[in-house]
Amino acid sequence: MIEYRIHGRGGQGSVAAAYLLAAAAFEAGYTCQAFPAFGAERRGAPVMAFVRVDKKPILLRSQVRTPDYMVVQDDTLLIDPNLANGLKPEGAMLINSRKPTEYFAERFSQRVIAFPATELAVAAIGRPIPNTALLAALLALTETVPQSALADALRGRFHGAVLDKNLALIETAAKAVEAGAWKEVAHA
Amino acid sequence: MAQDSENSKRLTELRMKHGRPPASPSEPRAERAETLREAQPRFRGLESGHRACQGCGEALAARLVTESAGPDVMVANATGCLEVFSTPWPQTAWRVPWIHSLFENAPAVASGMEAAMKAKGKNTKVLAFGGDGGTYDIGFQALSGMLERHHNVLYVTYDNEAYMNTGIQRSSSTPHAATTTTSPAGKERMGKRHLKKDLLSIIAAHHIPYAASASVAYPQDLQRKVRYAMGVEGPTFLVIHSPCPLGWRHDSALTVEVARRAVQCGLFPLVELDRGALTNIMPIREPRPVSDYLELQGRFAHLFNKNDYRAQEELDHLQALADHNIEIYGLRGEGVDPIDSTGMSHVHRGGPLAGRN
Amino acid sequence: MREALEGSQAIARAVALTKPEVIAAYPITPQTHIVENLSKLVADGKLKAEYVSVESEFSAASVVLGAAAAGARAYTASASQGILLMSEVMYNISGLRVPLVMTIANRAVGGPINIWNDQSDTMAVRDAGWIQLHCISNQEAVDTTIQAFRLAQETGLPVAVNMDGFVLTHTMEVIDMPSQEEVDAFLPPFEFADALDPERPRSMGTLVDPNFFPEVRHSHHAAMGKALARIEEIDKAYKKVVGRASGGLLTVEGDKKAKVGILAMGSVVGTMMAGLEDFKDEVGAARIIKLRSFRPFPAKALRAAVKGLDKLVVIDRAISPGLGGVLGTEVSAVLSTLKNAPKVYNYALGLGGRDIPETMYRDLLTTIEDKKAPRFAVFDADLDKLAPEDR
Repeated sequence: MIEYRIHGRGGQGSVAAAYLLAAAAFEAGYTCQAFPAFGAERRGAPVMAFVRVDKKPILLRSQVRTPDYMVVQDDTLLIDPNLANGLKPEGAMLINSRKPTEYFAERFSQRVIAFPATELAVAAIGRPIPNTALLAALLALTETVPQSALADALRGRFHGAVLDKNLALIETAAKAVEAGAWKEVAHA
Repeated sequence: MAQDSENSKRLTELRMKHGRPPASPSEPRAERAETLREAQPRFRGLESGHRACQGCGEALAARLVTESAGPDVMVANATGCLEVFSTPWPQTAWRVPWIHSLFENAPAVASGMEAAMKAKGKNTKVLAFGGDGGTYDIGFQALSGMLERHHNVLYVTYDNEAYMNTGIQRSSSTPHAATTTTSPAGKERMGKRHLKKDLLSIIAAHHIPYAASASVAYPQDLQRKVRYAMGVEGPTFLVIHSPCPLGWRHDSALTVEVARRAVQCGLFPLVELDRGALTNIMPIREPRPVSDYLELQGRFAHLFNKNDYRAQEELDHLQALADHNIEIYGLRGEGVDPIDSTGMSHVHRGGPLAGRN
Repeated sequence: MREALEGSQAIARAVALTKPEVIAAYPITPQTHIVENLSKLVADGKLKAEYVSVESEFSAASVVLGAAAAGARAYTASASQGILLMSEVMYNISGLRVPLVMTIANRAVGGPINIWNDQSDTMAVRDAGWIQLHCISNQEAVDTTIQAFRLAQETGLPVAVNMDGFVLTHTMEVIDMPSQEEVDAFLPPFEFADALDPERPRSMGTLVDPNFFPEVRHSHHAAMGKALARIEEIDKAYKKVVGRASGGLLTVEGDKKAKVGILAMGSVVGTMMAGLEDFKDEVGAARIIKLRSFRPFPAKALRAAVKGLDKLVVIDRAISPGLGGVLGTEVSAVLSTLKNAPKVYNYALGLGGRDIPETMYRDLLTTIEDKKAPRFAVFDADLDKLAPEDR
């Protein structure tokens, strides 16, 4: 079972990202589970969402405490020194930031990549919603689920121009990272 | 005298036109003696033999309403006297499908019944019945919701101005200065301190197609209003002034007289509202003083204590309220008084005796 | 068809498959997604139903009461405070024997206000005379919802389908949605013999005096007793058509020969099964009893399920202050007639949405190894957070 934890701010589409990731995993033939850290958060507040992907039915219902992968949709969330608590030692974290990877890398023993998803999103869809770009980059890095499955998941959620722009965005985002760089982590 | 014979002539004409012709002793009787029930040509939604008190205004009103509404209805009844006296299990006085659930949910239950009829493509009209407690107070929210959602329901409140079922406690419909078991008169109090809630204005603010007040003293007017409401697609509302001899402490034989005087003094104006706008009133040619109405009832007895200066103050206050009603509704009428038009109201809408006279 | 669906969306689609005629609801977290999805299905013309947006849960329950009494298949959903506001109507719905279905997206009851999952709401109406079923997954919730409509009309009793709020309602997972043909084959159109009908006027909800009231209550209790068999039969009938059962009254999972058992209702059962996989080598494998039917309470099935157990942990997702756990107390009462009844340890877990990790399995089993283990505790309460006088 691979466990993901997505951090973001209310309005950035963290829960949608979790659902998309799970839907993509389902499209790729896995069982999946995605849910938000249920709260009464308003726009801008820190939020979390969780995803589990497995080959057999998932019975566990608790929050993801020891994720294999983390996605941080807003680098200001890293002000919280405990944000990455539980991330497996061999795990990896994808951070949405314009800052260079080195800026974050020294704080964590796990692998970290900074990725300017908001900029890509603004360029592609005209809105600062980084979630689909981050997912595409994450899937490219880990190769856990093929990009085509993410595209299928997007087709299940969006239509028309929004879909087309997002499909273009995930293609750009996937190409912007080193494919398979985190592949061995996925099998940890 | 001239007026009387004029009226009697009109009455005969109207009866010939609309209702039963005057009985003639020369007509042959049916071979088999008819029971009273069989002789009764009207559809009766609420049968006799129920457990209401002598002179119950509510029982009379409910009978008049169901009679006019006809058999193709179903009723949601709030908890109250009407529910209790009409259905001591395993008996029931209802000849229409009837359900009682709770005190405060009759409008919502009726909403559900209406939604069911809509879903099934049926035209059966849904009625909801409640007392003033169930309508003005505890069921008020559900009523407002039902009106706002525009359910095709005729809501009828039988207003006897207190919680009679539980033993005459004050409601928000209890008139100012009336005594109840929870608004007694005493050294510090002259009965209810607050005003009767102006429910009809609140109902009017929902801009429903039709809302009206009626009185058991004017059955033809009452039944006309029911029939009108039955024809309206959408929420309609009727408040019926229904004296309670027990709670109001008047003679059981005076129910209709008491109700009539309430209308004639202006304390219970009979009005009709169309989408919130006043469209019709029952005029009062010669308004009676409120004391004519109040003096018949024990609940106002403390207002007739000559040794209590507060009594006259409250009488004046009540007179002012009646005058205010007459003023704002423009109740002062001219011309002849309405006449008794019994027979005009008869309906034959199916049921075992349809078409019989 | 297998799909990745959010629990609430799946429930809305399951409800739509049953072709309800009247739906009434008032929004309350975490029930909202269910009724939003249903109203969208109605708005899109995919579901022909009267959707009544009421002004309170009290009216939501009253509207479905009226609708079902008038002969329509009716559905509502609520949670928490909404269930408590409905409770008066709930007693009425069952007391008048009006068959309808409600989803309870289980949530704690305030105060203090707490919007997260536990099962206090459904426990608060345990005596309301409804059939109360619990689901451990969204798949079970979908299947149980469809079964509930048949159960309601066959028993003449209202059915509450419980699913843990957020934990299930807001979780996307893989769900095998039955087809319309399958549901049509399983679920006959709604029939309510006692429905209000001008052709046969009858009075419902009349005043019943002491001469008849005990008989009314007895017959209600007897109907619940008869419902036990119906729950199992309908689950089997569903399996025949759809190919999947939901666990009848209860099922026994885990190590069926184990001397230690864990009994629970709802999604925590899944977490315990995951814990068993992870920690069986460390603390041993337990027998896990998944209780599906809380009302009617399956006493006989339960006595059979605990046979051979020395110790039984009963997980409660609610508390009756001054007594302890409701489920634990009821299980103890039912088992008291057994000769070799297991020792019952009743622990309240995850109140107000406290996350229940799979390590809880280990912690529970370790705790009851101690002879001095408490028979009841709010197990995951951190007493250090309380002032000494409040512990």
